[in-house]
Amino acid sequence: MAEDYLLQMHGVGKSYYGTQVLKDIELALKPGEIHAIVGENGAGKSTLMNILFGMAVIHSTGGYEGEVLFAGQTADINSPQRAMELGIGMVHQEFMLLPNYTITENIKLNREVLKDNLVSRVLGEKLKSLDMQTMRADARRALDSLDMGIEEYVKVAGLPVGHMQFVEIARELDKTNIKLLVFDEPTAVLAESEAAHLLRAMERISQRGIAILFITHRLDEVMEVAHNITVLRDGRLVAQRAAADTNIYELAELMVGREVEKLSQRTDHSREDVLALRLRDFVVDMPGELVKGLDLDVRKGEILGIGGLAGQGKIGIANGVMGLYPCRGEVLVNDQPLPLNDTPASIRYKMAFLSEDRRGVGLLLDSSIEMNIIITAMQNQGQFLHQWGPISQLNSKAIRAHALKMIHDLDIRCTGPTQIVRRLSGGNQQKVCIARALALNPDVLFVSEPTRGIDVGAKRLVLETLVRLNETLGMTIVMTSSELAELRSVCDRIAIVSEGKIAGILRPDDSDVNFGLLMAGQKDRQGAASHA
Amino acid sequence: MRKHMTSFIQSFGLARLIILGFFLFLCASAIMFKLDFAELLSSSLVRIGMNGVLVLAMVPAISSGIGPNFGVSLGILTGLVGALIAIELRLNGYMAFVGAILFSLPFAAIVGYGYGWLLNRVKGSEMMLATFVGFSAVSVMKIGWLLLPFKSPEMAWPIGRGVRVTIALDNRQLSQLLNNTWSFNIGSVVIPTGLLLFFLLCCGAVWLFMRSKTGAAMYAAGDNPRFAEAAGINVDKHRMIGTMVSTILGAVGIIVYAQGFGFLQLYEGPMFMPFVAVAAILIGGASVKRASIAHVLIGTFLFQAILVVAMPVANVFTADMASMAEISRIIIQNGIIIYALTQTGGE
Repeated sequence: MAEDYLLQMHGVGKSYYGTQVLKDIELALKPGEIHAIVGENGAGKSTLMNILFGMAVIHSTGGYEGEVLFAGQTADINSPQRAMELGIGMVHQEFMLLPNYTITENIKLNREVLKDNLVSRVLGEKLKSLDMQTMRADARRALDSLDMGIEEYVKVAGLPVGHMQFVEIARELDKTNIKLLVFDEPTAVLAESEAAHLLRAMERISQRGIAILFITHRLDEVMEVAHNITVLRDGRLVAQRAAADTNIYELAELMVGREVEKLSQRTDHSREDVLALRLRDFVVDMPGELVKGLDLDVRKGEILGIGGLAGQGKIGIANGVMGLYPCRGEVLVNDQPLPLNDTPASIRYKMAFLSEDRRGVGLLLDSSIEMNIIITAMQNQGQFLHQWGPISQLNSKAIRAHALKMIHDLDIRCTGPTQIVRRLSGGNQQKVCIARALALNPDVLFVSEPTRGIDVGAKRLVLETLVRLNETLGMTIVMTSSELAELRSVCDRIAIVSEGKIAGILRPDDSDVNFGLLMAGQKDRQGAASHA
Repeated sequence: MRKHMTSFIQSFGLARLIILGFFLFLCASAIMFKLDFAELLSSSLVRIGMNGVLVLAMVPAISSGIGPNFGVSLGILTGLVGALIAIELRLNGYMAFVGAILFSLPFAAIVGYGYGWLLNRVKGSEMMLATFVGFSAVSVMKIGWLLLPFKSPEMAWPIGRGVRVTIALDNRQLSQLLNNTWSFNIGSVVIPTGLLLFFLLCCGAVWLFMRSKTGAAMYAAGDNPRFAEAAGINVDKHRMIGTMVSTILGAVGIIVYAQGFGFLQLYEGPMFMPFVAVAAILIGGASVKRASIAHVLIGTFLFQAILVVAMPVANVFTADMASMAEISRIIIQNGIIIYALTQTGGE
């Protein structure tokens, strides 16, 4: 029985530095099967693939638990080379191609077909010349098997993105021993027609007896090509279904669903007609998180969540409003137009921002806690300064007093206000960021990924702090997060961003199906979803 | 105990420990060879005071994020121009000193502004650009020295145009001016009070500046530009301010240096001075990203004291070769510079 399966994983798990990111994964794959793995960001998809591919991140952090069987034999995949020897190929999300080489050369790179010449007969192996003709023929065959019309002697530079993807696939197919191909979010960068073409190609490949692992979050594609589907959530295996026995709504629910715990029984004080912030046709040019003409109203006094999958543009919104990435469109703060691309102006309009990149943008890592807390307020509002005409000096006393108060109020665990921020834990660093934002006395607080890289206990503290600020100070909070559960536990409304636009705004107690569908970009089917 | 040791070594820096060890070794040899230790100490103090301000010029540069200012020769050149103007106007003594500084300030500010603008265009490779800007500016000014319309016979070539290669400051009572101010002896060690006081005064001024609103913003801009942008700080502007302050300190620094040396050195003179200053602050424990006044003090002391003590010691070893003095000076000086540059590492 076991021999029927090409790949089997039993009880596979992985933890990084004591944090369990993957646990008890069971997976079985027959030759010629297309098996989809779906899940949100952080569900463990990439970790699983890294294990399968023997990536160094896995082995340099203590290896994995459980057992991987390949073709019925226990496989100890400890390096990508080993994975390739076994016949596992990977089509990467980012293209690993040399732009100035031709398609043939890219396909054959490091596996060139060689032939003897006069010199090599004398001087040996290393000086053999390339057998261009055979290489071209091989490349042609691989491309044809994908039904690709492009010429094999064209340079890769300048090819459309979709074609590059196919060159990658052709390279894997050209390997003679290929048995299993992993597609990591292959359609993420493709246009719709290209994606459809790719799905056809996948079917054709599977018909040749090659198994395919297909990682994606586009549920319609999964339903279209996959034979079997595994749903991961928070590093656990949630469900395994045959494609015939399930539907897109069930998958959406499985992908998102979890018990949502309300942090506080707060009531929504906000009113629909009193807006703190109004975005119209808002475009932000933030690489990887493009916002493409989005409309959004933020009500005064609410906690608005912004959710969605990575790369869809949710992170770009706050960065754009704060002027950290070039943006255009119309932004009204308390009905006043905000000058765009001007960070000091955004701060002047009483907005503050906790960056998603806490260590990169959010902190002066080698400066003291007190300096980190006061510097924005000092620079923009002249607080904590002695000023004599043009001459200014830091007011050490006021700084120390404020820092001590903040350390007490927010419960920042540290040795004192002069401790270097780098030495603090993630949760405490985040509290320092919050303290800095508070020093500005903002009306609107943007919080991006507030719990990223923070351990579970501290997560809750950070979220509770945000809720408290909203309730006691009436602060409007716009919280962007990849963790839907977190948004649902504190927010009044949750806007889901997909492809740079708002796909829809939901209540935190809306059904998992609705969240799942909006996140997967199934906006048009929302009506259908509410009937389901 | 062992843990204690390693944490001490980490906080003090292995590089500095090695340099300190080398210094102590030199001192021991000097005593062994019965060299005049009091005299060595006196000249160490003088050299520290003379070079200190130039080393100090690195602090605003490194803090504002442009890294060790290898282009401080620009400031040195403007300082020399200021000094020439003071001589041309026949100022004497303290007037000449203060005048030289005041005359050089506008030049230093303007040049620093332009230099800062240039550095903002090459973020990430400032050190390289700075080195070459420094070299080319010194070379261009060689033409400049010939063209500048200075007429005073104290400095003009007897025949033709332009100013001489070295200009003595004796006639203007500028030579050793600060060194002799309030100086006194402890045993046979001469303490150049005025010189050291002026150096410390400059350190205090920079320290206060770094604690001002602008200084704090500059520091943030240098430490983490993305953070600074998000905090509403204009990073480019503060980098330029840092460059200007550094250039101005370079101008003041060369005037202090020249009065101690007794001569103005034009033409080739300023070519390699930035390296000495950069090496000193690096030995003091600064990295290309962080520098403090303490690094200046420690670094200037170690670097200059080693130079002063090492030369006579090296000469004892090579007693028969008269020309070895200069060669050993160059070997030791550049050796320390290389060593310091390899230790920049940091995080």
